[in-house]
Amino acid sequence: MTVSSLTASAPAAKKVKSSGFLPYLGGKLVAAAVSFFVTLVIGFAIFTLMPSDPVRTLTRGRPTSEAQLAQLRIQLGLDDPLWERFLTFVGNTFKGELGYSWQFQQSVSSLVADRLGPTLLLMGTAAALSIAIGLWLGIRSGWRHGSLFDKIASSTSLTLWSVPTFWLGMILLVVFSVGVGPIPSLFPAGGMSEPSLPQEGWTHVVDVARHLVLPCLTMVLVVFAQYVTVMRASIIDEMGSPYLLTARAKGLTDDAVRRRHAVPNALLPSVTMIFMHLGILVSGAITVEAVYSWPGLGYLTYEALKIPDLPLLQGTFIVFSASVIIMNLLADVVYRFLDPRVRAQ
Amino acid sequence: MATLPGPMLEVRDLRVTYRNGERAVPAVRGVSFTLDRGQTLGIAGESGSGKSTMALSLLRLLAPSAQVTGQVLFNGEDLLTGRWARLRAVRWSAASVVFQGAMSALNPVRTIGEQICEPILLHDKVGQKAARKRAAELLDSVGVLSRRLDSYPHEFSGGQRQRIMIAMALACRPDLVIADEPTTALDVMVQAQVLELLGELVRESGIGVIMISHDLSVLSHMCERLAVMYAGQIAEIGPAKQLITDPRHPYTRALGRAFPTIGDPASRLAPSGLPGDPPTPPELARLSEGKGCAFEPRCPDAAAACRTETVELWASGPEREAACLRVLEGATS
Amino acid sequence: MSATTLAPAALEVPRHHAVSRFCRAYAKRPAGLVGLGLLVAFGVLALAAPLFIGDDQLNVIKVDGPQLSPPIDGYPLGTDQAGRSVLLMVIWGARESLSIGIIATVLTVILGSTVGLLAGHYQGWVGKVLMHVTDWFIALPSLPLAISLSAVLGQGAASITIAIAVTSWTATARLVRAQTIAVEARPFIERAKVLGAGNTQIMIRHVLPNVMPLILVSSTLTVASAILSEATLTFLGLGDPTSVTWGSMLQAAFGGGAVTAGAWWYLMPPGIAILIIVLGFTLVGRAVEHVLNPRMVN
Repeated sequence: MTVSSLTASAPAAKKVKSSGFLPYLGGKLVAAAVSFFVTLVIGFAIFTLMPSDPVRTLTRGRPTSEAQLAQLRIQLGLDDPLWERFLTFVGNTFKGELGYSWQFQQSVSSLVADRLGPTLLLMGTAAALSIAIGLWLGIRSGWRHGSLFDKIASSTSLTLWSVPTFWLGMILLVVFSVGVGPIPSLFPAGGMSEPSLPQEGWTHVVDVARHLVLPCLTMVLVVFAQYVTVMRASIIDEMGSPYLLTARAKGLTDDAVRRRHAVPNALLPSVTMIFMHLGILVSGAITVEAVYSWPGLGYLTYEALKIPDLPLLQGTFIVFSASVIIMNLLADVVYRFLDPRVRAQ
Repeated sequence: MATLPGPMLEVRDLRVTYRNGERAVPAVRGVSFTLDRGQTLGIAGESGSGKSTMALSLLRLLAPSAQVTGQVLFNGEDLLTGRWARLRAVRWSAASVVFQGAMSALNPVRTIGEQICEPILLHDKVGQKAARKRAAELLDSVGVLSRRLDSYPHEFSGGQRQRIMIAMALACRPDLVIADEPTTALDVMVQAQVLELLGELVRESGIGVIMISHDLSVLSHMCERLAVMYAGQIAEIGPAKQLITDPRHPYTRALGRAFPTIGDPASRLAPSGLPGDPPTPPELARLSEGKGCAFEPRCPDAAAACRTETVELWASGPEREAACLRVLEGATS
Repeated sequence: MSATTLAPAALEVPRHHAVSRFCRAYAKRPAGLVGLGLLVAFGVLALAAPLFIGDDQLNVIKVDGPQLSPPIDGYPLGTDQAGRSVLLMVIWGARESLSIGIIATVLTVILGSTVGLLAGHYQGWVGKVLMHVTDWFIALPSLPLAISLSAVLGQGAASITIAIAVTSWTATARLVRAQTIAVEARPFIERAKVLGAGNTQIMIRHVLPNVMPLILVSSTLTVASAILSEATLTFLGLGDPTSVTWGSMLQAAFGGGAVTAGAWWYLMPPGIAILIIVLGFTLVGRAVEHVLNPRMVN
């Protein structure tokens, strides 16, 4: 964490000339747009160029004549030149049309819209909890690095990171839902709510909350380790800073020095990492939702794998990629706001 | 605080050893001096002489790996053996520090207002408004616009930051200010401004100052008394002017020659360095056990006895001492 | 004496010393030794597996054990829904999972190192283009990308391996590029260039040996994540349905209702095996990292 180099010869008080916020934002938006475009190219490449013959896959098991196959080909535009198909694809994506799911017989966009809410709920809760726990543990571990607390926290994080998410989910299911030994069945085994209960009102909220516990716990256990590592490294980095000595010399207690001086500085680089890791949280959502049949985007992806339902897979791929790009953009923007050395006046 | 008889600060046989696993590096090997109320004492020496370590150890600001022994009697109470709560109460309110390199000694993500108010709120038991008022006064007294209380450190120049550090150090009206290389990273012009300011402020309020620097010219202007440190010990101590014009220790002499004196054009043309290096940690460890003068390998006036005799501070004049066998002999070189 | 004739000979002797010095330093790290021990144990099991496990034990048609039975005589870890011994399946799974993990890592390292070396060496537009491509790939979420690739390439070990390589190469590329730039700044590269060494020669004979240690560290950590990825992708249904890997065991456990039946003996061993192997590789990787770069510890 180095303060911008000073020009000792500056006589009068001079405000730091920070490059304007808007040009910075503009630059980042352009980069994000390029990134998204590349995602579309790669998505197109994977889903359109590679599969054997979508027509055959679609009509698998159903007797179709050559004429019908040819007709289907024209419908799907499979004989058009590649660049034309790509442009159509890009155009459709920006219009919000992500294709038509083979197995659900519904537009992919409508499926995504339905499932977005539950995923946001699960990911949001898990992210908030993991960040809170991870930061708290990271700060304590880093401040007293080498201590027993630190060693235990670090080993636990390492072990949990080495565990497959879905396996942890299954274990928790067995222990807390099916009940092992003396532990009774505490939580439901899957889904987001009981169909038999009213879908509105307080009962519904409690019902969803009960269903949320295990999937959320699974995600938090696997993901919080990343935040511990980031925060711990950040605090250790800050601990050698001279301004901490100044704070101590003022007569502050060790806790106050950590809380008021070290942590705010250590949080800055962590913020960027936190937002970027949110993008990685996305991948975790897929496996957890699969295990718990949580009706979100991840579960949608899992279901899409059955045939495989390529348009649906393509749609979810694009949505996931877009969310990661947005998260990274937010990471850059938020950092600028938080660091006073960089903030536009 | 009632004025007690005797010196404000009395340091007795202060020793600091850094323990790193099995290795022990002695950084301060027996330093003793006194400081009266309102007096200014300069501590000069090369880097590695232990001067900063010694100064920080007075308030127990060193890392836990540093073992500090001896006595630091501040207004009669031994800071080294006091309880931590008592030490924290003394810090800043009775004895504050101006650190070197104000660029990194100030918290970059807090406003200077917050940082100046922090010790006031902690020690003086006043409200937020009163603290801010005092902070504004302090900024005025050091020549920084008080409306910049809500600016961040990076928005100021180096000289301004150092002045802010001084303002902050005076916040709780301490009896003692320890200034550790307060002007080292600054331009000469800015340096002069900052020193003048510091001198004015301490004279007005009668604060005692311990100023550490490797720059003898700075110290000679600012300080009444001067102590020259070498290899963790005081080589010579006494009135500053006398030490500069009539040094008794060969090291003081060499130090004086290395810096051109303002007003003496001849000294500018021929600053002479001193060949050799200060003792390495293993050499220091050996010295601490046995006898002999630490400066002997580099001393132009060394004799055979300098390697075998125990060397301590002996009186070399009224109110001055030097740790040199030559002083005992009474010879002036 | 030209640098090129002197260099290989002068490097031979120090290399032997360097290796033995490395081994001695490594032996001082308990965590690393534990990791190494775990890996060796599993490696031996994986290699020895065909000696006592054959089609009779793994083919669902040929086995005759009790179905989904908890641990009993003759089946120390119980059986699966078809009656196969879970213990034998876990050992066989080590073989399959490790080979996929290692092959995927080899692909990753080759791809990543090539891109990294080229990007670091050719700092002009070639390097810039390669870095942009790397950045674009980093921006893609790895699991959705891997899923899409595998789904499109068809079920099986090959598509999983390729998918893992495509999602993991960027980390190696960045690392190698940074190290290449650092190495090429050293004076001996200048000397080699002056003496007429061509681009390929510089990259392969001079830069690569200096980058190897870093690649080594990076690969151990890559294998760890490759094994996790393989398990995840197989669990999601993208693996070869006939082969026995840890991921497929968990997939079968999940799909076959072992969870609701509370068949912990079927659920625990594959997961614990994955945990142990991944921990092993991670510990070894970290130990190697600390040995090669002691300053990083503090």
